[in-house]
Amino acid sequence: MSSEVLLRVEGLRTWFPIRKGLFRRTVGHVRAVDGVDLEIRRGETLALVGESGCGKTTVGRSLLRLVEPTAGKIWFDGVDVARLSRAALRPYRRAIQIVFQDPLASLDPRMRVRDAIAEGMETFAIGASDRERTERVAALLERVQLDPRAMWRYPHEFSGGQRQRICIARALAVEPRLIVCDEATSALDVSIQAQILNLLQRLQEELGLTYLFIAHDLGVVRYLADRVSVMYVGQIVEEAETERIFGDPRHPYTRALLAAVPSIDSARRGAQVRLAGDVPSPSAPPPGCRFHTRCPEVFDRCPVEEPASYPVAGGVSRCFLSDPRGRRGVAASPARS
Amino acid sequence: MSEPVLEVTDLVTTFPTDASLAQRAEGERRPAAGRAAVVDGVSLSIAPGEVLALVGESGCGKSVTALSILRLVPKPGRIESGRVLLAGRDVRALPISEMRAVRGAVAAMIFQEPMTSLNPVQTVGVQVVEAIRLHERMSAAAARARCVELFERVGIPDADARFDSFPHQLSGGLKQRVMIAMALSMQPKLLIADEPTTALDVTIQAQILALLREVRDRFGMAILLISHNLGVVNELADRIAVMYAGQVAEEGTREELLAHPRHPYTQRLLASIPSRHRPGEPLAEIPGVVPAPGEWPAGCRFTTRCHRAFEPCATVVPRATPISDTHRAYCHAVALEEERA
Repeated sequence: MSSEVLLRVEGLRTWFPIRKGLFRRTVGHVRAVDGVDLEIRRGETLALVGESGCGKTTVGRSLLRLVEPTAGKIWFDGVDVARLSRAALRPYRRAIQIVFQDPLASLDPRMRVRDAIAEGMETFAIGASDRERTERVAALLERVQLDPRAMWRYPHEFSGGQRQRICIARALAVEPRLIVCDEATSALDVSIQAQILNLLQRLQEELGLTYLFIAHDLGVVRYLADRVSVMYVGQIVEEAETERIFGDPRHPYTRALLAAVPSIDSARRGAQVRLAGDVPSPSAPPPGCRFHTRCPEVFDRCPVEEPASYPVAGGVSRCFLSDPRGRRGVAASPARS
Repeated sequence: MSEPVLEVTDLVTTFPTDASLAQRAEGERRPAAGRAAVVDGVSLSIAPGEVLALVGESGCGKSVTALSILRLVPKPGRIESGRVLLAGRDVRALPISEMRAVRGAVAAMIFQEPMTSLNPVQTVGVQVVEAIRLHERMSAAAARARCVELFERVGIPDADARFDSFPHQLSGGLKQRVMIAMALSMQPKLLIADEPTTALDVTIQAQILALLREVRDRFGMAILLISHNLGVVNELADRIAVMYAGQVAEEGTREELLAHPRHPYTQRLLASIPSRHRPGEPLAEIPGVVPAPGEWPAGCRFTTRCHRAFEPCATVVPRATPISDTHRAYCHAVALEEERA
């Protein structure tokens, strides 16, 4: 079982200091990621979902150490990547690649497609010569269903979907084992999104890739992911297999999130459930359960005590309703009530 | 049925093509003849209290259609021909001063990005008051009271205190509520909502959709909803018009379009949505991309990407094929099917 695990994250915490005043004194922290545990098995797709500001993107960037985690462990293939020096990190930089939401912003406008894709190969000394790398670029472009002749053109000459294919080819160029897809299809029209999702799925089958798929579109997640982790204000509130999350959500936030998605089934109109209020700020998360300010099932224990991740139905839920000792917990209700 | 709130007939709005702009930049003296019709012969009609959704992918012309209705097309774009009647008044014939009165009082518009629609250095209250007093003579105190009332009506908590908030102090959902309050201030007959929930999270989106529904029910306001999200459209619309490459491809009631689409483009668009598929099953793709304006095929504009294209499609422009009183599609294949039926 544990040999299957490619990436394990334990207690990951990424805080950003809030500085104020003349001496830029630290007056507080944005707790973007505040105690996250994750496990991704080889060849599977784990989706990380949640609303804006929940910290899902920061998790992805912390894994690649594009931002430095404040605390926690990131085990990749048995090595704690969070502790490695910059130099020792190099092989992992190759093994974990990322594809971003906006392909135009992540491609250098003055670099030909060939050079953008070959840059990583040069960094990691893949391919013996420029000529060999060019051949590899051609093969990669074919793999993502682009004409190899496209390598001599510039990013602006392509459509959004084609550019995202180029970014995927660039990620593949260094033969990664894990690809973090950060809202990789969110900016695309639905017919183009379908092309990219089909491509990602095919590549996973052919190359045995593992994906961390960060997204807010639950329809896409249900279609693509094997497992789903739901984030809220810096923490994972529920995690389970995709069908369990969608078929039998346990955490009230997961339920609310699923119920808020408008359906395209014309018979199921008006089935939306509304959640009041806004997401709280991660610089001042509510005490106790972070969801208690919006939760329809809130009770007296929620604002005072922080729920743990309780095991439930093939996953975990961070909610007192899933407390194996009962919703009031043993400690919280001695002789009272 | 009573007179439509909005009636658009054969609207054509053009923009210069990239090539003609480049020519001008290089100082060529040749007249820039290259203009492409981004909206090309669109006809629409909305009854009082009705929600019509205009759907389609990026670049299909849905936003330019909306901007044309209020004569807000940014230069160098211009309305070339066609007629736009807003509550019976011919928008294109109005002098600009009267057009200003029509905007807001007859038809108001909200946009995808509430942040860029609000002035960042003024409080939201001042901005709404400005909009109110532009249309109606009213004391500052009375306008403030009206504004707070509007804020309460659109569900802004602590409305009195929020009057003095700056846009950056409000969340995206609250900013969109402010925009809706501003749009409601003159009780227009038509609200044009251009991707009103696209920038919002799904739980906030549900709140805004419920608010729009309430606005329609309570004030009988008609809504032209522009969206690429068919889930949102299903929640709000009575009728749907699907646009492709500057033209309406299919039009019908919500039920007809979503449950019984006939145009191959509508069918494929629905089939490419992941939530309609079982995991692992390949998604339906529409090959290629929407061609750029000016590079549109001569016949049916969907020909190059259509899985059902046959002999007349590339050369003959399809006419409307009525499927029911409310449902029509612009497609040769559908015409043939209906002929045989």
